[in-house]
Amino acid sequence: MSSVAGDQNLTTVTEKISSIVLERKVGKGWILGLMVCFALVMLLLYSITVLLVKGVGIWGLNVPVGWGFAIINFVWWIGIGHAGTLISAILLLLNQEWRTSINRFAEAMTLFAVSCAGLFPLLHVGRPWLAYWLLPYPNTMGMWPQFRSPLLWDVFAVSTYATVSALFWYVGLIPDLATLRDRAQTGFGKVVYGLLAMGWRGAARHWERYETAYLLLAGLATPLVVSVHTVVSFDFAVSIVPGWHATVFPPYFVAGAIFAGFAMVLTLAIPLRKIYQLEDYITMRHLQNMAKVMLATGMIVAYGYIMELFMAWYSASPYETAIVSNRLIGPFAHVFWPLMLCNVLAPQMLWFRKVRHSTVGLMIVAMFVNVGMWLERFLIVVTSLSRDYLPSSWDDYHATFWDWSLFIGTLGLFGALLFLFIRFLPMISIFEMRTIVPGGRPKGSGANGNGEGH
Amino acid sequence: MHLVHGVATTSESLGSPTFPKSMAQIFHPSLNTVSRATIFGAVFILGAAAFGWDSLLRSPYVTQVGVARDQPVPFSHKHHVGGLGMDCRYCHSYVEESSSAGMPSTKVCMTCHSMVWNDSEMLAPVRESYAEDRSIEWTRVHDLPDFAYFDHSIHISKGVSCTSCHGAVNEMPLMWREASLQMDWCLSCHRDPQKYIGPRDRVFDPDFHPFDLDLETRQALAEENRVESLINCSVCHR
Repeated sequence: MSSVAGDQNLTTVTEKISSIVLERKVGKGWILGLMVCFALVMLLLYSITVLLVKGVGIWGLNVPVGWGFAIINFVWWIGIGHAGTLISAILLLLNQEWRTSINRFAEAMTLFAVSCAGLFPLLHVGRPWLAYWLLPYPNTMGMWPQFRSPLLWDVFAVSTYATVSALFWYVGLIPDLATLRDRAQTGFGKVVYGLLAMGWRGAARHWERYETAYLLLAGLATPLVVSVHTVVSFDFAVSIVPGWHATVFPPYFVAGAIFAGFAMVLTLAIPLRKIYQLEDYITMRHLQNMAKVMLATGMIVAYGYIMELFMAWYSASPYETAIVSNRLIGPFAHVFWPLMLCNVLAPQMLWFRKVRHSTVGLMIVAMFVNVGMWLERFLIVVTSLSRDYLPSSWDDYHATFWDWSLFIGTLGLFGALLFLFIRFLPMISIFEMRTIVPGGRPKGSGANGNGEGH
Repeated sequence: MHLVHGVATTSESLGSPTFPKSMAQIFHPSLNTVSRATIFGAVFILGAAAFGWDSLLRSPYVTQVGVARDQPVPFSHKHHVGGLGMDCRYCHSYVEESSSAGMPSTKVCMTCHSMVWNDSEMLAPVRESYAEDRSIEWTRVHDLPDFAYFDHSIHISKGVSCTSCHGAVNEMPLMWREASLQMDWCLSCHRDPQKYIGPRDRVFDPDFHPFDLDLETRQALAEENRVESLINCSVCHR
């Protein structure tokens, strides 16, 4: 199978992808989808307003569970972003040309997921308008952030991640924005795309600098795939709370992030290619490759779960064993076993060629993983906090309406941003697709032309 | 879109979407300069804005440091403390026992001013206040925010002299702030209080400043007065 199917050439690639933005009529499905998402964005704004007026007391947070949904959702969203960075940076450096048709919207997904993720810690601090106090800057309070706290490392990890992701995405868009500028039929479109294209003319000098810049950005983004979720895992692992204080956390979190991210890319890619007839560009080979990455990272995640059980036994610490028994047979069994179903059992279906070849099958597995990764974070955050060393301080955690409304609101924000993205920007990189269709590259150029995996 | 050539092109004449026939200029060439200036300038503009904001927050406009405040009666510490040699505690009488130093009632003023300058025009509001049993509404110079707890008495008993915070009041015709009262100013002493401690019997001496002593003496005094560095949030934000 190839990275491009059907009879595609330089012209059809450009026409097909840019016409979705420039010519295609606004469909009823698009409007309906955006309306639903927009309504959820309103719910998000309403929830934030109520939160700012009344304070974080409207959430289900209390002693001892002081983290709850805010952190669960933060980790979930941040994790989802990781597939975009992996696809755009690491696969680029590894010359995996199949990344070409999925990198653009995967990067957009990263950016939107990070935006949703960033909301939660900002709102969780209680007074978001003072959130800049998290940054080290000279101030009249004589204060400096606590550099020994992983929560501060998070600030740097996530803000770096957001910056690099945005840059990478935008830089990747520039040649395509110029294509849209040249093909736009309205004066307004020409001006807007023209401004965004920053004077791109496609000159040889432009391309030479562009490729250098893109590679440099890929190099900058590569460590972030590993570092961001490692730092997020430190929020837990650096503390001495039973169930959190484990060295397996960083690799297990990173694998979980990529696992969740690819599940989300599949969740988006399968309907998108269907609706916009992009099956020639996002082929079964792409979906299969993503399924294989999911299977591999899913196995690492499963290994992480097994290690958690093993370490609890091996440590011989009554607190660690208590956490495990709380999960297996205790008050959290109703989260633990569905988690095992979603994150361990469901991905095993991907061993079967039939499942990997079926969009419906892939979609179902991906949805299981999306849910499973959320359950995983719920289990990690809530089990350890609600049942720690002192039985006298134990208490249950119940999410309130506002916890749910904020979470569902961010799903709406994510969806709304995606709907706007596919309508106003090319969801597949036009110029990179042009390099992999027949005749796209001069003969004999580059080892990464058409050599692998067909 | 027609800025350069001035040709009245219509959207039709721009050609089919597939192969645009004419590539009319969308932007005027001067936009090249504008874009360069804005992109490169942004760094400097943002940097200057940050610097400006920080300077504003530390300027006398915000902190009121060195700004003499108008008062209903132009009370001069220079005259009363520097000239007449009155003790701080004559007026600020609870400074040794209370969190607040205390503002004198009009009766305290009248202990002297019923005899001295008792027909002065300048002191008319004081006599009026006394006669009507109504406080003079002084303009407050040192006003800490309500979320910061402060206690004068502990500072006094640890050997922090009045002038360390309030400056040389014996030279102030009208009162002004010597210190910004911003948190970094509080912390500048709280982080290393040993440097700012003087002998307890000279706390009220306006001519004394702890820096008149050498560092070892101040440190010895700090040890004697059991001065500790208190920088927990909850020391002041209770």
